[in-house]
This record gives sequence, structure tokens and C-alpha cells, in this order.
Amino acid sequence: MAPAPEHCPGTESEQAGKADACQGCPNQQICATAPKGPDPDLPQIKERLSSIKHKILVLSGKGGVGKSTFSSQLSFALAEMNRQVGLLDIDICGPSIPKITGVEGESLHESNLGWEPVYSPAYDNLAIMSIGFLLKDPDEAVIWRGPKKNGLIKQFLRDVYWDQLDFLVVDTPPGTSDEHLSITQYLKAGGIDGAVVVTTPQEVALLDVRKEINFCKKVGIPVLGVVENMAGFVCPNCRGETRIFAPTTGGAAKMCQEMNVPLLGSIPLDPLIARSCDEGKSYLQQAPQSPTTQALKAVFEKIVAAVEKTQI
Amino acid sequence: KTTMSNDATSRLAQIKHKILVLSGKGGVGKSTVSSQLALILHSLGKKVGILDVDLCGPSIPHILGLGDKSVFSGSEGKWIPVYTDDTKTLGVMSIGFLLDSKDSAVVWRGPRKTAIIKQFVEDVAWGELDYLVIDTPPGTSDEHITVCESLAKYNPDGAVIVTTPQNVSIADVRKEITFCKKIGLPILGVVENMSGFVCPHCAECTNIFSTGGGEAMAKELDIPFIGRIPIDPLIGSACEAGKSFIEANKASSSLDALRNFAANYPQPSHATLESSTDKMSE
Repeated sequence: MAPAPEHCPGTESEQAGKADACQGCPNQQICATAPKGPDPDLPQIKERLSSIKHKILVLSGKGGVGKSTFSSQLSFALAEMNRQVGLLDIDICGPSIPKITGVEGESLHESNLGWEPVYSPAYDNLAIMSIGFLLKDPDEAVIWRGPKKNGLIKQFLRDVYWDQLDFLVVDTPPGTSDEHLSITQYLKAGGIDGAVVVTTPQEVALLDVRKEINFCKKVGIPVLGVVENMAGFVCPNCRGETRIFAPTTGGAAKMCQEMNVPLLGSIPLDPLIARSCDEGKSYLQQAPQSPTTQALKAVFEKIVAAVEKTQI
Repeated sequence: KTTMSNDATSRLAQIKHKILVLSGKGGVGKSTVSSQLALILHSLGKKVGILDVDLCGPSIPHILGLGDKSVFSGSEGKWIPVYTDDTKTLGVMSIGFLLDSKDSAVVWRGPRKTAIIKQFVEDVAWGELDYLVIDTPPGTSDEHITVCESLAKYNPDGAVIVTTPQNVSIADVRKEITFCKKIGLPILGVVENMSGFVCPHCAECTNIFSTGGGEAMAKELDIPFIGRIPIDPLIGSACEAGKSFIEANKASSSLDALRNFAANYPQPSHATLESSTDKMSE
């Protein structure tokens, strides 16, 4: 009797309120009767995105696997490679990027060009935007339902003045919901180079990540590859290895094979990562020779090579 | 409609204790804590239900070894929980049981998520339960607003807050605590998960995700501290295999914090946080 969940066509789609999937949705009336027509903000969004060469989404499906950690370290690495980088944090409820990138407590400034992103103190070619900059109190909870979150994501894309960027890295919250649908919808106009999907090795994570990869396939986002994070721990005392999050079902490697997506790399745990993130410092700078840094850099190089070889 | 809500009221009145497991931060162990707490309570002879309101990433079926099950409806169209065995003393409800395939993504916007969560709260035929443990996704959004609003009239006991020790997690968890304060949901306590890793080769403890942050936060905000759970690969492997950790590892002390909490629940009343008279803002 319980209906199999079907997919929301999106509140702005022609099918909104009318598709089979809309039956039973409390928003159906609103969607069916709302005025349709071109979104007046789209031209402005398109213009903002036109000065951005490459857009990369960092997704997971599963929470706590290291999306924000990966997004920020990727951004630091790109900045080190002398690219102009923007890092957009669309996790509205749990915005971690300001802390991890050392710009916690900064506020948003507006100029005649739009919302000014906050620049990293370590790299003047790394611009950051997050709801974190709009909150006066860090403990303030953003208790918003989907439509309001969508509104802010749209504003980020419409109003933030990024100027010329080589890369826009978008950090996302876990799941396959409003934020993911919205960012895909709005970025598609300018083209998304692809998504990097982060996971940890265990099946409980892979269960969610397979869904995320299927989401990407469904909405037409190319999957640049999968990064397997927290893949093993080497004890600093005795060098003994432990697979804390054991790959009981073959880990990311098997999943990538089954789903026909590239495995970009496996990144081991390092206690210094958590500390660097807490302190807002680049882990790559703090531990340049560590196995984790080497593994991360190898993944970053693959991403840059995959993305820059085809100019949009 | 009145009959329906009367039915829901009588259904939920048969549940003695309703405990939400919240975090704000993803990947800290909410589903692990929800499932293992439910299993511990069950081992103490309680009748337990687990309600999984994580619609995008429902982990509970897998962790309880029920990954291949589907849900059925009973008379009057109410949903019957999936039970772990014939004694029907531990039941689960999750969107995981409604999916055609485990790999299907539930790509729903807020309003649709809201609708099904309301059904999950009101239309599941749990029968008489000692405990209903409610596992939530990370965040403070549709799922949290809806589950708390729907449960409010049925007097939930409160929330167990799960965090990991590092500041990046604590930052999100503090927001979740603000959320609880705003809606007047009592906080039963904080669990600091993944708190230190004891190397199985040499017994040296490494604080992979830092340490102490959860306890310090609980002290600062005057919230009970339930205790620490170390990083124990056997906890992860129990979840992977759909087994009860305490049953599979009888001699282990890793989940003692949860065992003490369960054994002594309900705790002597602790000063609850002042609730705001304002409804939460949108």
C-alpha cells in the first residue's frame, strides 16, 4: 500500500504539480497553480557563471565522510597551482567551510558588484562563500525548510561577485535533496564539469553513495570519480595498520567497478587532518610529506587533468 | 480527520518513551548510536521500535540486518513495522523498506519529505512499546522540523545528541542544541563518539578526531554528558554485519556509556533547557 517514492520534477519545471510523482505531495496545489515562465534570475546567474571556467561539485550522499575536508584541501591545492579558485559552501545547516579555511567569523560585504566573497588569508587567489558569513552568532541554528534553502543557493549564484575564476568548487551537504537539485538546476546553464563523490570504505557509507552516483546519472552530472577517504590508519607509535572502517563489501574499488565510475584514489586517516581543519590551516602545508598528502595530491592532479583537458 | 488523529493519539499513547537521536553534523554515529541503544534496551527485556527518518540515506535497515525486507500495510492502511524476529519485540520503520532497489536515490524536495515523515510518526502500528528511538539525518531542516512538530503533542522524552570530539563537529552540534532549545525539546544528554582510537597492535591511544570536545561542550552548556565511545573497529563491523555489538562482543567496554544510560533510564530529572515561547522561525 505504501507508494514507492518517485521523483519530484522540481517546483519550477513544466511538470510541477502535474507529474505522477506529484500526487500526494502537500505542495502539489501550489506547484500546479504557480505562474510558469522563464525565471527572471537566470540571465543574471548565467552571467555570473560565464566568467568561471570549471565547476566541480563535491558530493557524497553519506554524511561525515570528508566532503568539506576534501573541498577545502582541493581548493588550497588549486590555489597553490596558481589557479583562481572559488569555494562555495552550500551546506546551509552545517557550514563547515569557514572554519576549515581559516575565515570563521568573517562577515559578508556588499559592493556595487554584488556580494563580495571572503578571501583566504593564506591565498589571495582563493575566494570563499558560505552562509556562515551571514550568521551573527556561530551557534545560531538555520532552521529552514527546502524552499528557503533553495532561495539562498540561488542568491549565492546570482549575487556573489566571483570575477574571473579557473575553478569553482562547490561543497554540498549530505543527501539527495533540495540543495542538490537546486545547485544542479542553476549550474547546468553554464555547465558542470563534473562531480567528485567522496565515500568511506564501509558498506553503510557505500549504500548512500551508490544512491548519490545514481542521482548524478539521473540529472546528467558527469562523475569525475570517487575518492575513498579514511581508508586505513597507520598507528604513529608502532606503524601497525588498522582498517577502522573496514571495506566489508569490497570498498570503493568494487563499487566503482560495478557502477562504471573511476576510482580517483584512497586516502588514509591522519589525526593531523582533523586538527588542521579545526585550526583553519591547510593540511597539505602542515604535513607536506605525509602519505595522506601524497594520496590527496595524486587525486587532485587527476581531477585537474580530467577537467582542464576539455575546455568548455 | 478527527478520527484519524484520535487513532494516532491512541497509537502514540501506547509508546512509553520517545527518544530522538540528533546531531547536526553528519557521520558522527547517529545511526550507530540509535541502533545499538535500541539493541541494548531490547536486551534488557524492553519492547523497542526504531523509526528512521533519514529519507536520503536510510542506514537503519542495513545495521539491523534487515536490508532486504519490505514493509507491508495492515488493516486500516496503517504500516506494520519490520521485526527482527518472531518475538516482535524490536521493530523498525524506514524508507529503506519502501525502495524498489537499495541503489535508488530518494530525490525529494522538502514538502514531499514532510508528508512521509508525518505518516511515519502517526501511521505506524507499533503496538505497545517501552521505547521508540528515532534516528535522524544531519541538519536542522525539513525532517527535523517535521518530526519534532509532529511528535510535540505526544510528549517526546527528549533528544540524545551525538557528536565527535573535533571543533568542526561541535560547531554544527551547537546549532542543533540551539534548535532543541528553540522548540522546547529537552536534551537527555551528549554522547562523544569516535573519542580516541586504541591501536590493537600496541595499545597506544591516538585521538584521530581529537578528544574531549563533546564533554567540554556538555559542561559549558550544562547538559548531561552520557559518555564517550571510542573508535572501535568492532562497532563498525557489527553494524556492517547487521549484528548487535554487545551480543557479539560481550566482554567489550566500548559501549558502556550507552549501557549505563539505558540501564539507568529515565535519569533523575535534570534541569531542562528553557524553551522559547516563540515557534522556530523559517
